[in-house]
Amino acid sequence: MACAPLMNGTRASSHPAGGDQRRLNHTAGRSAAPLLPDHWRLLLFWLVLLTVPFAAPNEYLVSLANLFLINVILIASLNLLMGYGGQISLGHAGFFGLGAYVSGILSAKVGLSAWIGLPAAMLATGLAALVIGVPVLRLRGLYLSMATLGWNAILVVMFNRLVELTGGPNGLLGVAPFSIGGFRLDTDLREFPLVWLVSLLVMLAILHVLHSRFGRALRAVATNELGAEALGIDSARTKLLFFVLSAGMAGIAGSLYVHINQYASPETFSISNSILYVVMVALGGSGTFWGPVLGALIYTAVPQLLLDYEDAELMLFGLGMLIVLIAFPRGLAGVPAALRDWHGGRQARPT
Amino acid sequence: MSAALLKIEALNCYFQGLRAVADLGFTVAVGEIKAVIGPNGAGKSTLFNMIAGVTRPTSGHIFFDGDRIDTLPTFARARLGIARTFQNLQIFREMTVLENVVAGCHLRGHAGFTRAILRDRTFRTEERALEEASFELLERFNLVDKAYLPAGALSYGEMKVLELARALAGEPRLLLLDEPTAGLPRAEAEHIEGVVRDLNEQGMTVLLVEHNMRMVMSLSHDILVLNNGVRIAEGSGDEISRHPDVLTAYLGATDDA
Repeated sequence: MACAPLMNGTRASSHPAGGDQRRLNHTAGRSAAPLLPDHWRLLLFWLVLLTVPFAAPNEYLVSLANLFLINVILIASLNLLMGYGGQISLGHAGFFGLGAYVSGILSAKVGLSAWIGLPAAMLATGLAALVIGVPVLRLRGLYLSMATLGWNAILVVMFNRLVELTGGPNGLLGVAPFSIGGFRLDTDLREFPLVWLVSLLVMLAILHVLHSRFGRALRAVATNELGAEALGIDSARTKLLFFVLSAGMAGIAGSLYVHINQYASPETFSISNSILYVVMVALGGSGTFWGPVLGALIYTAVPQLLLDYEDAELMLFGLGMLIVLIAFPRGLAGVPAALRDWHGGRQARPT
Repeated sequence: MSAALLKIEALNCYFQGLRAVADLGFTVAVGEIKAVIGPNGAGKSTLFNMIAGVTRPTSGHIFFDGDRIDTLPTFARARLGIARTFQNLQIFREMTVLENVVAGCHLRGHAGFTRAILRDRTFRTEERALEEASFELLERFNLVDKAYLPAGALSYGEMKVLELARALAGEPRLLLLDEPTAGLPRAEAEHIEGVVRDLNEQGMTVLLVEHNMRMVMSLSHDILVLNNGVRIAEGSGDEISRHPDVLTAYLGATDDA
């Protein structure tokens, strides 16, 4: 998978004089800048999202915004592993489901608060990823994908068969919503601020980890494992760390999902959804910070737009995917660059 | 002679019965530049890969600074202070030039995962220090202007230099250079030669595989000659260039030549 440079673009263009400019900047402070350019973009975009509940004509649109933000967490966490780490997991919906069922069962069967369920879901999925990651991450490429697919299949069987705990194919009922001192977050409007905040925190965590030695190690391992190991990077441990991190984030998304819907059923966490997440990572722009946001937007919005077409929905969806992926291999996040190249190419052409 | 930084003892490597390195032993002293030369297929690359941890020896021991390292994985050897460059480049093409070198600083980073996620002050101070150090290396190797380009956009010669800069970023104690000037025009090869000499004058120990004999002769304190996986000579440049077995191996010279 492609790993786009993190430090190109805006940084390069803001340092036109190269080293001299940098020297000037470096005398300004002794530590790296607290805020990266993407911090500002992230903040701006999430502030715009904050207006949705006020601007939305109905609560249905707010429910879509909640779904979108949960999808952002799912696709961005998969992108971390797949886009930056080159490890294509077809088990992401499984981790999403594990988080949902852990948090949901703790609520419906044990009676624990969703505030306990959320960290518990994150820890449980992270722990599960740690346990299966050790053997599974020894596999490469397609074999890793197949193994994670198997893991997803096992989980779906468990969601269906452990009827006592999960409610089986009928789904898990009786999940309590998040509540703050008796104030139940049981409407889309009330849930929105929580989902908004958690998704922002997840995106910040991803941004920060990418701009650290851990993120560099991940991309180094993805690009050239031999070269990375020669620099002292433990490639197996690096992959495992991000497998666990990515799963933990999917667990967070699962917990949000189950307490918002107050319900979970196995088909939400099926293998076909795992495949769609992988497609959305690629469609948005694999290995780019903003790709998953675009991917989540499509994943949330397009099925709504195609509701009227019923049978044609999936076909049109598939056709759209094909066109985008063939025309823009770097995904939607790569469209501006692709257009720039195309435009530049046209201008450079001799007349 | 000062203490041995690298010590090879009775090292053997067979590939399905094919002898790549046989019963090889030598030491590299602290502060020394040692060159390993020999015709193609002499076992130089296998030797290098065994020291770096890419190939397991069939038998024998490798000691680094007194500790046995031949069972350690590559990254663990790097952590002890062994850095290397590759004959066929292994740079991170899709990362920027700067990121390649900062990645080379991996071992110098200590801020934990939580600090990285929170991006706290301790983390940012360290990050700045690593970036500063990387820029210094880029300046030294005339790559500052290209710091924000993807490494894959560099010329072959620049990539060679970048790989050397990246290897140095981890502040190693032993530098393994696998044909550092192969395929470079003379001026660039001389630049690298100068860099290696400067490094050595500052105390760096170097083990060098190189075909450029002029460079080997001018840089090395000691030269090891391999042929068919066996040591055929070891000594100073003068001794080597007069050694009959070396002449035979290289020139196919016979008594009447």
